[in-house]
Amino acid sequence: MSKYSIFTIARNALSHHKNWPRQWRSPEPQKEYDVIIVGGGGHGLATAYYLAKEHGLTNVAVLEKGWLGGGNTARNTTIVRSNYLWDESAAIYEKSLQLWEGLSQDINYNVMLSQRGVLNLAHSLSDVREGVRRVNANRLNGVDAEWLDAEGVKEFCPIINISNKARHPVLGATLQRRGGVARHDSVAWGFARAADACGVDIIQNCEVTGIRREGSKVVGVETTKGFIGAKKVGLVAAGHSSTLAAMADVRLPIDSHPLQALVSEPIKPVIDCVVMSGAVHVYVSQSDKGELVMGAGIDAFNSYGQRGSFQVIEHQLGACLELFPIFSRVRMMRSWGGIVDTCPDASPIIGKTPVEGLYINAGWGTGGFKATPGSGWCFAHTLANENPHPLNAPFSLERFTTGALIDEHGAAGVAH
Amino acid sequence: MLLIPCPWCGDRHETEFRYGGEAHIARPEKPADLSDTEWGDFLFMRTNTKGVFAERWYHSHGCRQWFNVLRHTVSHEILAVYKMGEKRPQLKKTEANS
Ligand SMILES: Cc1cc2nc3c(=O)[nH]c(=O)nc-3n(C[C@H](O)[C@H](O)[C@H](O)COP(=O)(O)OP(=O)(O)OC[C@H]3O[C@@H](n4cnc5c(N)ncnc54)[C@H](O)[C@@H]3O)c2cc1C
Ligand SMILES: [Zn+2]
Repeated sequence: MSKYSIFTIARNALSHHKNWPRQWRSPEPQKEYDVIIVGGGGHGLATAYYLAKEHGLTNVAVLEKGWLGGGNTARNTTIVRSNYLWDESAAIYEKSLQLWEGLSQDINYNVMLSQRGVLNLAHSLSDVREGVRRVNANRLNGVDAEWLDAEGVKEFCPIINISNKARHPVLGATLQRRGGVARHDSVAWGFARAADACGVDIIQNCEVTGIRREGSKVVGVETTKGFIGAKKVGLVAAGHSSTLAAMADVRLPIDSHPLQALVSEPIKPVIDCVVMSGAVHVYVSQSDKGELVMGAGIDAFNSYGQRGSFQVIEHQLGACLELFPIFSRVRMMRSWGGIVDTCPDASPIIGKTPVEGLYINAGWGTGGFKATPGSGWCFAHTLANENPHPLNAPFSLERFTTGALIDEHGAAGVAH
Repeated sequence: MLLIPCPWCGDRHETEFRYGGEAHIARPEKPADLSDTEWGDFLFMRTNTKGVFAERWYHSHGCRQWFNVLRHTVSHEILAVYKMGEKRPQLKKTEANS
């Protein structure tokens, strides 16, 4: 891998940027791998990278049915934060945020992490209590968190409407200053390039259509490029987790739903932080190109259609204008949908399955982008050691039998 | 947005309804006899079908009745509507593949 630096940019400028090498190879699949990762989204690619980097496992393939980052990785609104309520979640999301903070250096790829601060608004007395409680819980877990009153919110984000005449007036907000956004494509491409440099085979246009078992053990996967053997298989397929698990007769507590986002035409910088409101169902940030990036809640019904309904957009834009009357004449440019894998407790599943050699990383639902490095790091540990790391042990599939759920609806249900 | 044919009221907009998730998950007759795994399966595990899916809807802003729908989860096409307690209807092959 040729290292990216100011010198390589200068050198390539001399040849008019026509001689940049490919970022990763496009190999044909080998007969067998030590580990096959199904799903070339951020989480799958991060898993492959950390398998190579942290555990020295390089006989690894990532199989992707489409192209890298064609799933939720490149469809999400890129909010990164770690201010989750419960200890288990705070620990794993904070690990992820710490990895984010060194990621561009680590993988020699600019993921454009911008820690511009994330506000979560409170619009009612119970929101305020919930928010203050969350701030205290975060601090006890070493996660940076602050409580702002309405004036403080206005100071941090001057264009917000804090009038008490609003339908849902702003009473305050939690603020995580280390939260922010990152460039989603870069995350997929950066992890792909770094994993490839370690020897990982990234195989695109290769859909997994079956999981072959001998006795109770996984021996490989059937794909559109034929059978590929594997000692261990890790499913990291986001919205398609249930369909893949069903290939090995594993049932999951997951429902797949459409989740939409939209962007406006580019405008001058007006908002330099991320504002989220669970109560009125909207969140906004501004991209480097100047577009307002907005998202909302999921469509209620199950779907694999990668598109959402108009009434969801209408609902979110109504809420948005209430908070930001200044946006009233901005035109929306594009909207799209992704399919998210939601769990009953709004927490992910990262660990073993009842099938020997089959592992799963799923259920990140509406909020897994921020977890990409941490999720890959934990899952790589689990695959390499055939046992979860303490950080992901609580997020086992068994919790739906034992009842030890990690209810993050307050932190993750609507917010991303 | 879906146009949902309520068996009592006819075609109505999706916003008049609430979604009830997967259909035909019967509450166990003798909950005390279930193992933890069976109980977990009843409470949490879902089929999450990609294709024709049997689901429940509730006409909350209309007749306030629950009913079942067969809907394709990729095309969103509604293929059958039937009342609570009724068996899942058999679709013709062509419909099921649409
Ligand atoms: C509109 C929207 C907004 C969001 N906003 C945020 C946000 O602001 N912050 C945040 O933290 N999270 C957000 N999320 C959630 C986040 O995007 C996901 O939780 C996360 O990206 C999921 O992990 P992934 O990146 O690996 O998934 P994906 O990128 O979806 O990767 C899964 C891959 O598996 C592949 N695959 C599926 N089936 C097969 C098969 N049979 N064989 C081979 N490959 C297969 C798919 O093609 C896909 O590329 C948002 C999601 C959406 C849709
Ligand atoms: Zn009705």
